[in-house]
Amino acid sequence: MASIIEFFNALGRYDFLQSALITAIMVGMMSGIIGSFIILRGMSLMGDAISHAVLPGVAVAYMFGFNILIGASLFGILAALLIGFVAAHSKIKTDTSIGVVFSAFYALGFILISMAESATNLHHILFGNILAVNDADIMTTAVVLGIVILFVTFFYKELLVTSFDETYAKTYGLKVQLLHYTLMLVLTLVTVSALQTVGIILVVAMLITPAATAFLWTDKLATMLVLAATFGVISAMSGLYFSYTFNWASGPAIVLVAALLFAISFIFSPKQAVFHFGKKPAKEVD
Amino acid sequence: MLTIKNLTVAYDDTPVFTDVAVTFDAGKITGIIGPNGAGKSTMIKAILGLIKSQTGVVEYNDHSIKSVQKQIAYVEQRKDLDLSFPINVFDLVLTGTYGKLGLFKSPGKTERAASQAALAKVSLTDFSKRQIGNLSGGQLQRVFVARAIVQEAEIIILDEPFVGIDLQSETAIMKILKQWRDAGKTIIVVHHDLNKVSRYFDDLVIMNHGIIDFGPVAEVYNAQNIEQAFSADLSSVLFTVKEDAQ
Repeated sequence: MASIIEFFNALGRYDFLQSALITAIMVGMMSGIIGSFIILRGMSLMGDAISHAVLPGVAVAYMFGFNILIGASLFGILAALLIGFVAAHSKIKTDTSIGVVFSAFYALGFILISMAESATNLHHILFGNILAVNDADIMTTAVVLGIVILFVTFFYKELLVTSFDETYAKTYGLKVQLLHYTLMLVLTLVTVSALQTVGIILVVAMLITPAATAFLWTDKLATMLVLAATFGVISAMSGLYFSYTFNWASGPAIVLVAALLFAISFIFSPKQAVFHFGKKPAKEVD
Repeated sequence: MLTIKNLTVAYDDTPVFTDVAVTFDAGKITGIIGPNGAGKSTMIKAILGLIKSQTGVVEYNDHSIKSVQKQIAYVEQRKDLDLSFPINVFDLVLTGTYGKLGLFKSPGKTERAASQAALAKVSLTDFSKRQIGNLSGGQLQRVFVARAIVQEAEIIILDEPFVGIDLQSETAIMKILKQWRDAGKTIIVVHHDLNKVSRYFDDLVIMNHGIIDFGPVAEVYNAQNIEQAFSADLSSVLFTVKEDAQ
């Protein structure tokens, strides 16, 4: 208990901790929202791939001193296109194509990063260092959150219908591919924002775990988005607390909280068929 | 009238069919029958623009099919869908209004009322709040028919709509198809149960890697065509009894 009070005291005293908290909240929200679409589209592996594939972009941005969002977006989209291209023009299945492309990008990024920066920075990129966010990082994160909210608001019905029934969307002439690659671009931006918070290796957990937890509690997409964002925020805030108090790396701390929330939901949520402590939802009353 | 001219579709250079020509009349329910792998689904996917054709054109009243894309409703096979998706019956039917709404417009009162009315037509008003995974096969199929109703299309294409559903749902769907026909729409049904052919359809397209024959059921549903599309055995089972009775 004492440590929680101390955490709040520190929060009042230290700017860096306030910055970290604001960033954590924003990253929790955006990854929950975009993550919901990723899991509903059965693209968890793709989420993982894109988050790793941005690494060379990050390295190049460091080397030449331009905005990391630009470098990462470039490589994120390049990876998404390449994955699509290989899958479409060979007999290789998409998951295999994802595996080949993302590991190559990641390896390239790894080498570029070690050429460009010290080992400490690599560690931070891989595992997150939320306590080191600066004002520019907060601004970038806020811009990305804005983009995510605008994207999902304006294209809510298109995202819904393509996630649920892509064939139907195609029959009425929706540009399904364009929407897919736009989503990949937004995913890349989210990945870069989450990079500082949880690190590249665990970005996928931030995308998937809060969304999967939300999925267990609701049958409505809009509710799922709100819940996923909420679980993301709770995980990020609690993770920050553990990171500050016990000096854990912020990424693993946040991800463990998210996993704990999932485990609790797995046991108690109404949709879970394994354990039913409450009333079973009505089924097949014809 | 929906017209297909010299249509060729191939997967990996193996043609499913070549130079297919066939017409579908408005105000008719047309069945497409043929053995597995005959190219029935491939043909409707080519009409819908879901797959590329090597040659050929599809036209609706002399317009290219692309230009009237929003006039086509498609009731696909249910097995291809994720039934755990967080969407309820009403919201699924509402997606039928998305095509004509276009980008940046949300469904409003008109669209919601249309969806409600369509649900009533398939007798599923009481199920509107239910998650789609908690429906029987027949109920779910009726939900997709309701979505086609709100699309207000001129051409309605159904792929195996009666597979694995109860008789009550089958009758309800057939009733809707007849209402569409009487409203002058073009209805195309991929079908495999030969027993109900004469009861359900006005016209028939018989396929086996190409068109064996097409036209009014009374003219083309005969022993010779069925033998050619399926097998002599099946043909004799279906038609010998009939000929004996005559």
